[in-house]
Amino acid sequence: MLKYSIKRILLAIVTVFIIAAITFFAMNAIPGGPFAKEKAPEAAVQAVLEKRFNLDKPIGEQFLLYLRNLTQGDFGVSLKTGREISTTIFDSFSISAYLGGMAVLLSLSLGLILGSTAALMRNKWPDRVIIFLTTLFVAVPSFILATLLLLIFSYGLGWVSVWSVNNQSYLLPIISLALYPMAYITRLTKSSMLDVLGQDYIRTARAKGVKEWMVIAKHALRNALIPVITYVGPLTAYIVTGSLVVETVFTIGGLGSKFVTGINNRDYPMIMGTTIFLATLMVIMTLISDLLYKAVDPKISFD
Amino acid sequence: MSEYTPDTIPQKRPLSMQLDPALFEPATASEKEQHDIMRESTTFFRDGMRKLFKNPLAVFSLVVLILLVVVILFAPLVVPYGYSQIVTVNGKRDRTAANMRPLTYSEKEQESIDAGQKVFPHIFGTDELGRDYFIRVIFGARVSLMVGVFASIIVLVIGLLYGSISGYAGGKLDIAMMRLVDIIYSLPDILMVILLSVVLGQVLGDSLQGTVFASLGNNMISMFIVFGLLYWVGMARLVRGQILQIKNNEYVLAARALGASSGRIIKKHILPNCISVIFISTALQVPSAIFTESFLSFIGLGVQAPMPSLGSLANLARSALQVYPYKMVFPALGICLIVLSFNLLGDGLRDAFDPKLRR
Amino acid sequence: MSETILQVKNLHTSFPTDSGEVRAVNGINFNVNRGKVLGIVGESGSGKSVTAYSILRILDNPGRITEGEILFHGENVVDYDKTQLRAFRGAKVSIIFQDPMTSLNPVYTVENQLVEAIRLHTPRNPRQARERALEMLQLVGVNEPNKRLKQYPHQLSGGMRQRVMIAMALACEPDILIADEPTTALDVTIQAQILELMMELKNKLGMSIIMITHDLGVIAEMCDEIIVMYAGRVCERGTAEEIFYNPCHEYTKGLLHSIPKITVGKERLTPIAGSPIDLLNMPKGCAFASRCDKAMKVCLNTPPDEIRINNDHIASCWMNVKPVSGKTQEGESKQ
Repeated sequence: MLKYSIKRILLAIVTVFIIAAITFFAMNAIPGGPFAKEKAPEAAVQAVLEKRFNLDKPIGEQFLLYLRNLTQGDFGVSLKTGREISTTIFDSFSISAYLGGMAVLLSLSLGLILGSTAALMRNKWPDRVIIFLTTLFVAVPSFILATLLLLIFSYGLGWVSVWSVNNQSYLLPIISLALYPMAYITRLTKSSMLDVLGQDYIRTARAKGVKEWMVIAKHALRNALIPVITYVGPLTAYIVTGSLVVETVFTIGGLGSKFVTGINNRDYPMIMGTTIFLATLMVIMTLISDLLYKAVDPKISFD
Repeated sequence: MSEYTPDTIPQKRPLSMQLDPALFEPATASEKEQHDIMRESTTFFRDGMRKLFKNPLAVFSLVVLILLVVVILFAPLVVPYGYSQIVTVNGKRDRTAANMRPLTYSEKEQESIDAGQKVFPHIFGTDELGRDYFIRVIFGARVSLMVGVFASIIVLVIGLLYGSISGYAGGKLDIAMMRLVDIIYSLPDILMVILLSVVLGQVLGDSLQGTVFASLGNNMISMFIVFGLLYWVGMARLVRGQILQIKNNEYVLAARALGASSGRIIKKHILPNCISVIFISTALQVPSAIFTESFLSFIGLGVQAPMPSLGSLANLARSALQVYPYKMVFPALGICLIVLSFNLLGDGLRDAFDPKLRR
Repeated sequence: MSETILQVKNLHTSFPTDSGEVRAVNGINFNVNRGKVLGIVGESGSGKSVTAYSILRILDNPGRITEGEILFHGENVVDYDKTQLRAFRGAKVSIIFQDPMTSLNPVYTVENQLVEAIRLHTPRNPRQARERALEMLQLVGVNEPNKRLKQYPHQLSGGMRQRVMIAMALACEPDILIADEPTTALDVTIQAQILELMMELKNKLGMSIIMITHDLGVIAEMCDEIIVMYAGRVCERGTAEEIFYNPCHEYTKGLLHSIPKITVGKERLTPIAGSPIDLLNMPKGCAFASRCDKAMKVCLNTPPDEIRINNDHIASCWMNVKPVSGKTQEGESKQ
């Protein structure tokens, strides 16, 4: 287990490094460099930029310096606002983290419950309803859902107010973000549960005289959860990308919407910094999910 | 103890039987054959198709998709507006024809109708520049579908080649190729897509002007390139897995023991099994590609105006959402319909054809 | 003659599916006597396992018992409610399955699963239960029992897993142990050990065994009484001697003839012609008729009754009824 963990952690570090490299060199491949704007900056500003970002040095060195800055928490300065990107990231991330975290909780808990219910009541009406709803929600992109919800509940019915820094109503955004993963987790749990319920050891448990609910709760559930854990990595990925649109649609001041703004403004340092930050986050979550999976499945722990 | 004689009719007891001694003659071979009712055997393909058509959802989505394709192909022939054409009345630009609600006419158009001219109705209304919205949505659907299908084909081709080479070659080459796959797989795809789209968009610059691709715009081409660079890995893994499984499978061993050559083995044994899995995976890749395209369009990295895609139309509709909600509803419904149909069809295909799921 | 503790009467079990009703068991009768070993022989699909699952009522959904009675000490198991079933399973009648790897829960230790069985049916606290578990492991011949308790199923060898299954099944001293192909998944040498173990335990604990297998060798070793099943019906039922030395059903004869003999010189294998029957489309008469050399017209039309050969032996085969004018030759219709 330890050996595996170390191997995975090293791999994760390498991945982050590669991402940083790709990001950096891709950005610098843009003609005119990442610091070129439609309007050429004044000479004084240009000089400050050059000094700050070491633009006069060869590209390889620039990269290493950039990396060094990253590890010290210096993401550079936004071309648009002039603010330290690191401040922007860490400020807005707390909002995004709350939004994303709540969405994860919602989707996981509801997904597990609904999925198990569907498996246990197979072909009866709860199962059919759940199948219908999940098929539907799996096909609706989050931004469409977000816009529709906004349209119906905020603008149309006026039940839920629009988000602002002072009035932070997260209900609709969380739902928009959580619906797709919830549907996916429901289906995953259901198929995993059905798979487990067909196994021989469930029959053994019944033959021993174990109470039916105990057969489900003790013997089946623990096995059924295992595949769901492997989904935590992709789940994070989805939440991160989903937050880009959901925050934009609901005008929430989180990191996602800042990222989108950065893209639209061609604010390259911002794009770079945010990409690396988010990518690192995703790599870490995948790592955690892999390690968790190995810890929970005894068949693999002892390799 | 009862006497059992054929000459006497035994008393009727509840469980007694009367047996005709002639029945104790040996049965003929044909009689035995009729006796044995066997289930008719079918080929894998026919069996799968039969199952598929029994599935009402799958059939429904197939019908929806076919209808959609028909509408997309033929609507432009019926509707006399172009997707970038601003409504004109009597050859002059009609400034009052902007942002019209569905099935209404502008003032100038109303005048010309009263004067006896025929004006084709604006089924979905018009957009903020006075372009017929219906035809824009149709073209948007066209673009989205083409992007989805095209991207899936790219993924299929690259993944298939890479995966089969890796799987069949085995050994060090396989390990090395898979290492690359692992690395690419661990990159967070959407972020990389966004990044590369931004970069390639700038890098390509004006180099595509004048070519076939100009109308799609740099962003779209970048998206295709990125798909080609990143998204094939899932397919490659799948293909390689299939090949490995079958390479080591018993019936290949049996065929080899009978003296079959490698080529024959591949053609007769390996391919038919792989095909169904690969086909299903590709079918499910299309909605995923459309998803990604609409996502990118939504955050501004999509097709170049004036060419519409469903995602970019949705994005444009966002700013005027409260006032003109219909502008959002139509492209949104379009995306959902296409993605849902493909998903249902893919699920149906999987239920019908996946050998692992067969009972 | 020992007392009869289990009586299966006219049992019918079927599985309603989309393609039709699969009739897995079609009217079987047999008894299990105290301290005796009953063997159930038949090919795959003959309904042997379904019979066992019917007795314990652990049929997979959508299987149902559609007719018949299962009398355990006079009580009809088919009518048991949930509470009675729970007290019945694992405590009065236990079962061990063919594949011990998949039959043990992979995420729990041996101790956990053993102790669960023990505490379900006997009033013991955890410490006492653990002691009992150790006892059982020693009884079934598992080495280093303390170490084994802490291990997971995948860490044990096949033979050891099967011993653990046996320990789990016997922990509450059931009256009957059902063994569903217990040695099919094991090496031949381990097979011998497990069978020996089962006989030992049977004698020690005074319990009965229902041995389900397709292996005639195992049957010959262990069984006092045998029933031969085909297509969910009992073809022949009798003592081991009767069945092996005086088979009266064409199917049984076919089975015995198909065993290659090491003593005779080069000879061709003599399998039974044809393929097993499709349980979705059961034919009218005797299920075996289309594969039978001696099939007669009556065989194709009417399913044979159980015809009594002698006190310990019945066969459901029309070959045993010879209607010659005058007296009967063998047997009479059993009511």
